[in-house]
Amino acid sequence: MTSLPQSTNKKLGLVIDLDTCVGCHACVINCKEWNTSGYGTALSDQDPYGANPTGAWLNRIHTFEVVPDKPKGQGVGEVIGTAGEARVVHFPKSCLHCEDAPCVTVCPTGASYKRSEDGIVLVDEDKCIGCGLCAWSCAYGAREMDLAAGVMKKCTLCVDRIYNEELQEVDRQPACVRTCPAGARHFGDFADPNSNVSLLVAERGGFDLMPEQDNKPVNKYLPPRPRSDLGEGADLGAAHTEESTEGASGLLGWIDRALSPSSKQKEAN
Amino acid sequence: MHPALSVISFTTLSGAGYGLAFVLATGHGNPGALSTKIAWFVALALITIGFLSSTLHLGNPQRAWRAVSQWKSSWLSREGCMCFISYVPLCLLAGMSIFYNSFDLTLGYIGAICCAITVYCTAMIYASLRTIASWHTGWTPAFYLAFALTGGTLIYVGFFGPPTGSRSTEIWIYLCMVFLVCSWAVKYGWSHRAERVGYGKSTMESATGLGNIGKVRLLERPHAMGNYLTNEMAFRIGRKHAQKLNRIALLLGLVLPLILLALALQIASVAAFFTIVAALSFMAGVFVDRWLFFATARHAVGLYYGGDDALMPAE
Ligand code: SF4
Ligand code: SF4
Ligand code: SF4
Repeated sequence: MTSLPQSTNKKLGLVIDLDTCVGCHACVINCKEWNTSGYGTALSDQDPYGANPTGAWLNRIHTFEVVPDKPKGQGVGEVIGTAGEARVVHFPKSCLHCEDAPCVTVCPTGASYKRSEDGIVLVDEDKCIGCGLCAWSCAYGAREMDLAAGVMKKCTLCVDRIYNEELQEVDRQPACVRTCPAGARHFGDFADPNSNVSLLVAERGGFDLMPEQDNKPVNKYLPPRPRSDLGEGADLGAAHTEESTEGASGLLGWIDRALSPSSKQKEAN
Repeated sequence: MHPALSVISFTTLSGAGYGLAFVLATGHGNPGALSTKIAWFVALALITIGFLSSTLHLGNPQRAWRAVSQWKSSWLSREGCMCFISYVPLCLLAGMSIFYNSFDLTLGYIGAICCAITVYCTAMIYASLRTIASWHTGWTPAFYLAFALTGGTLIYVGFFGPPTGSRSTEIWIYLCMVFLVCSWAVKYGWSHRAERVGYGKSTMESATGLGNIGKVRLLERPHAMGNYLTNEMAFRIGRKHAQKLNRIALLLGLVLPLILLALALQIASVAAFFTIVAALSFMAGVFVDRWLFFATARHAVGLYYGGDDALMPAE
């Protein structure tokens, strides 16, 4: 049914850390690998080895550049960047399993639905007519038509892994989360305030993408961490005080005196 | 948005068909006259051709029947349901005229209301999308309804109206002129808003959540070639020729029909021919205008692909 559930028992989803993602596309590849042989029809490619290869993927990495416009920061570790110096942010994007998912309500056939037990948004491919309206309604570009099968494809939150008792416990995670070498993707239940994902969001100030679109996405993004201002660490004034040996005593004081050029030498210089 | 021919013909042809059916169902045309019988046939044909062409862009058209199931939430489903529901009174009315030379006003009004609701549902498929700010407004159903009524009336007067030269033809032609001006005025209201609304409240900064750092720019896109999203939604905004096409749409859809209708009032001998050309010209104008409706629409997902900077072709 394409009406949304009033509420869901769990709110399963991902936290994506824009600070740690290195843009390696490993999650993109493993997502395609797992899902092309998993839920629904294969994820087809068109002209895969030709001049114009395209295909359906459920997870994509964009890379953005942000140039801070704020004035120079106030101290080490306090700034998000220095004015004029770009920060490069790798930006993984898959379905955000929205609470108010417009892709579900626009679907004329009932193929798109949101599960009341865990909030996962899925497409029943046997019902999908491939009208594409759900992809039009998704602001995040999280749905792609499979041009070979004529049905809509989207992230399944690896529903065929996370409950799969055939797999070892450690593998009962989405393929993208399991494979990320930087640990930039985290999977969990946002309905539980003490879950790993809820804690991460609280601690790091996780945010929604395009909140103004009123989709109430479940997936959250963590902002890039502040970093030190270039130049702050090599501040000459600071270097002087650090190198000052005035008042040194004991063994260190003796070494300092022994190695320091004598006052006569200083005068000669 | 990608201006798919199937969707453009669907919205324009079925709009004109429902417009014509609306005029006939509100009791116009002698049910016994051959012209009225043909008019009913043409109205149903336009609706059906439009409907069939809309199924052309489906990935699995053999399952299209499923699309009537979700009328509770989906405007596309509602549109499908209304399409079938309105066939009932319209086919009955057409049958009454074609086989029994008769007409029933109650059934007519039911049919007319069905026509209006169906066109409204078609427009709401687009107007309900929050992702496309220029469509997400009450102006969208307003101009879809206005164009449907104007197109239907012009086709009726041009092809099937009362014999030219009569007093009632004159009234019909004046009515057409009023409809023409009013419907383009509504369309102007839509365009005026659409030109300013851009991506609505969404920006590359809100799309990435990085706005508190500074201005966001796409450094590298996620895939080397195009994909479904860029082909369908990040269609290079049809700005390049938009102004020219806009002028063509206005010329064909408004100016030319008005001139032709004015001449038809003056020169009775060519009046019939001129009203027919006016109707065809209007339909051509609406077709161009509908192309622009899709081609110039900005979808929020374009913001992940660099927004206007990346997607606007050079002038
Ligand atoms: S991200 Fe897009 S596809 Fe996923 S639930 Fe939200 S609107 Fe639907
Ligand atoms: S493409 Fe399939 S899932 Fe999407 S709205 Fe159409 S029928 Fe529903
Ligand atoms: S959860 Fe699974 S389907 Fe979704 S992006 Fe990750 S790997 Fe792909």
